[in-house]
Amino acid sequence: MAKHMPKRNLERVGQGVTGACVALVTLLVLALIVMVAQKGISTFVKDGVDAVGFFTGTDWSLANVDEATGLPQTGALPLIITSFAVTLLSTAIALPIAIGSAIFAVEIAPAFGKRVFQPMVELLVGIPSVVFGLIGFHVVVAACKAVFGTQTGMGILPGAIVLSVMILPTVTTLSMDALRAVPDGYRQGSLALGYTRWQTIWHVVLKSALPSLMTAVILGMTRAFGETLAVRMVIGGAEVMPASLLSPASTITTTLTTSMAIYADGSVQKDVLWSLGLLLMGMSLIFILIIHLIGKKGANARG
Amino acid sequence: MFDYSCSRRSFLGLAGSLAAVAGLGLAGCGGSDAPAAGSADAAATVTGEVTYDGASSFQALVEAAAEQFMNENPDCVISGSGNGSGAGLTAVSSGTVTIGNSDVFAETKLDADAAAKLVDHEVAVVGMGPIVSKNVTVDDLTLEQLKGIFGGTITNWSEVGGDDAEIVVVNRKEGSGTRATFEAAVFGDEKNTYKPAQPEQDKSGDVQTLMGSTDNAISYIDFSHFDDSKFTAIKVGGVEPESKNVLDNSFPIWATEHMYCAEDADDATKAFLDYMLSDDVQGSLVEEQGFIPVSEMLVTKDAEGKVSKK
Amino acid sequence: MADISQAASAQMGDMRIIRRSRRADRFATVALAAIAGLVMLIVVSMVAYILYEGLSTLFTPGFLTQPSRSNGAAGGVAYQLFDSFYLLLITLIISVPVSLGAAVFLTEYAPDGPITSIASTAIETLSSLPSIVVGMFGFLVFSVNFGWKYSIISGAVALTMFNIPILVRVIQQALDDVPQHQRDACLAMGLTRWEATVHVLIPAAMPAIVTGVVLSAGRVFGEAAALLFTSGMSSPVRLNFLSLNFSSPTCAWNIFRPGESLAVHIYKIYGEGSPEAQHIVWGTAALLMICVLLFNVASRLAGKALAKRMTAE
Repeated sequence: MAKHMPKRNLERVGQGVTGACVALVTLLVLALIVMVAQKGISTFVKDGVDAVGFFTGTDWSLANVDEATGLPQTGALPLIITSFAVTLLSTAIALPIAIGSAIFAVEIAPAFGKRVFQPMVELLVGIPSVVFGLIGFHVVVAACKAVFGTQTGMGILPGAIVLSVMILPTVTTLSMDALRAVPDGYRQGSLALGYTRWQTIWHVVLKSALPSLMTAVILGMTRAFGETLAVRMVIGGAEVMPASLLSPASTITTTLTTSMAIYADGSVQKDVLWSLGLLLMGMSLIFILIIHLIGKKGANARG
Repeated sequence: MFDYSCSRRSFLGLAGSLAAVAGLGLAGCGGSDAPAAGSADAAATVTGEVTYDGASSFQALVEAAAEQFMNENPDCVISGSGNGSGAGLTAVSSGTVTIGNSDVFAETKLDADAAAKLVDHEVAVVGMGPIVSKNVTVDDLTLEQLKGIFGGTITNWSEVGGDDAEIVVVNRKEGSGTRATFEAAVFGDEKNTYKPAQPEQDKSGDVQTLMGSTDNAISYIDFSHFDDSKFTAIKVGGVEPESKNVLDNSFPIWATEHMYCAEDADDATKAFLDYMLSDDVQGSLVEEQGFIPVSEMLVTKDAEGKVSKK
Repeated sequence: MADISQAASAQMGDMRIIRRSRRADRFATVALAAIAGLVMLIVVSMVAYILYEGLSTLFTPGFLTQPSRSNGAAGGVAYQLFDSFYLLLITLIISVPVSLGAAVFLTEYAPDGPITSIASTAIETLSSLPSIVVGMFGFLVFSVNFGWKYSIISGAVALTMFNIPILVRVIQQALDDVPQHQRDACLAMGLTRWEATVHVLIPAAMPAIVTGVVLSAGRVFGEAAALLFTSGMSSPVRLNFLSLNFSSPTCAWNIFRPGESLAVHIYKIYGEGSPEAQHIVWGTAALLMICVLLFNVASRLAGKALAKRMTAE
């Protein structure tokens, strides 16, 4: 009995220490969520900014304070639309490339895929976003300017192109994992029925990997939605409703980068920026929720 | 109205002289017979850390002065960045840096309480002028025309005597002191609500780069960032954008460069600010870097933008 | 007769379908190969372009050994390089133990229940938060509320928040991959779960953990958005690496001084138009990428070496 006690103590200490780590991380996240939410909501509660106007207004100018109400122009719709445009467009560009190359690397040339293709794509994950932005600024923007003949070449399109390359490795590696997880029996069964390889891939493999592929795409979108500096370097930073894919615009994140330091803590403007931060946080929570729903649905379908 | 501005100015003056006294007191304590803080042969070397943020227009001047200062005071470190006047004022007011550099008076960016807690140091004056792309043939614009272009009523170069081409208006970001100065001079009390769908740049250097690579564009920048290889600086109402024309306000767009610190700033910060106002900087460095010493100005500008003879 | 021709035409129809699907198959193979080729071309040309633009600057004498001047538009990037590694070091010192503890708890101890699911959801949330939001939070809490101003420690804590979810997932995965029978054997021998974890499971998972930590280090190394408002956009002009006076602003090891990482440095000066600034930007980009590549290679080598030593024992 006496010998047992220290062991049990040891176990308790171990559980306590590791449990404290988990508690610390959880509390940190909760603190972050509560703080951002509180700061973001106070814009509408304390400062009296119109919440509907925030989401539907098209005039954004924090420096332009209305004398009568003391409130700046806080119509965030242009920023929201630009953020979604950049995200969706980059996903649309990256999706076929990512899934196509994942199919090649898993189904057609598996050895090559494992030994050459995957390490190469993983290299892309490690390249810092400012380096993507730098190449975007010097190559993509210049190319857009030359090809489409616009004045500056900055805008949503170069932003989406840069982002699509940035999310490519995320979507590709996750898609490869998804395809590899499809049991080989499915493929052999389909081939035995006389289907060609492409028919097998299209009708059997992709179909059964669909939930995981969707997860991969949404994780890519999450990254695209939250990316900041690379987009800032190519999008031009004009907080107006984007007139075309090649007119300078500004996303939620780029506005935060450039405006955050300007306004004092506690000012209406700073609170409005926190509301943008809350919006970003809310979107990433929604993305996670979607992933969970897909996972649950996939689990149900598999029984 | 008059009382209000007068009392503020006298307050600033009082605060400034207090700071100067404090600086001298510090030098006196530190060394045996130091003449003034930071002068070349001061026996008292300053130790400590000074950080600044703010206007990118005169960051080069501050940096050059800081280098000299650190050569004389090896145990003092001065570092900082140029994220715009608004950012600098906010940072010094919240205490994340010890000096806030600004092209504009603190009152225009901060609320009155916060601004009153800062001590102003006017270190230089600089002219700011409109610049156009190399391919633009226009070389002179009146304030009224500038107002039209930056206010969105003039959108084609042919309307101001140039070729038939759309005008690309390149602004600085909100919070930029250069932008505030330019708009104050061009729009006066009117509010400019025009937001062109054109790039907004973070720093003076970014404007230089973009103007160098964009045709039919117009922007504004301080004289020290003029670069003939990338863009053309144009006349305003027939007056050349040169420092000598700023002295008597005949070139109307110019700003006083302010360095703000907190009332209870540490000794190193005060010593550096005194150094900025000393002859070591005012006599040589200011002009070398393309700025005008405050003492040479024949006019002054107050927080409301009113110009008056000295 | 009619039957035969019908059968023949049906057969021919089958043949046509087969031929068509074969052609589709071949076409798909070629198209997919082309897409994969495109991806590899993008990777190779990006890396090559950066090296092409940056290598000459990288080997310019003084680039790696001199501090930057003129707000980054001249001089070298010695301090930025040091700050990057120092930030990384502090980040790892904080994040590795916490992540290790959290991962051990979640894999070995965690009872199935609301607490565990809240914790893992929290970690997942953290991993998907945009880094700019983490930066804003870090600025408000560490720089302003805690009064750390722009400092290495503020930046490192912000980076920690960014790094923890990655590390927890990697370590959890590594622990999960240790065969169940090893756990069973330990418990059968009368070891507590804590002893089993410390003496058996963690050593067994070590190669995968090291690989994961070094790989995550590469991501931390290139992060910039979370640092803009926490560690600041400038590095002291003068650093003394021999000083052990940790409160001195010139002491390189002082965690309360501002610091600027290579990635932030690129963001700061990318727009500067002077040719010299452009050389520095590209040189910094090349340097940053080579560091990340080295992390990549190092992680594989370290993992392999550790695994080899363990199987040899």
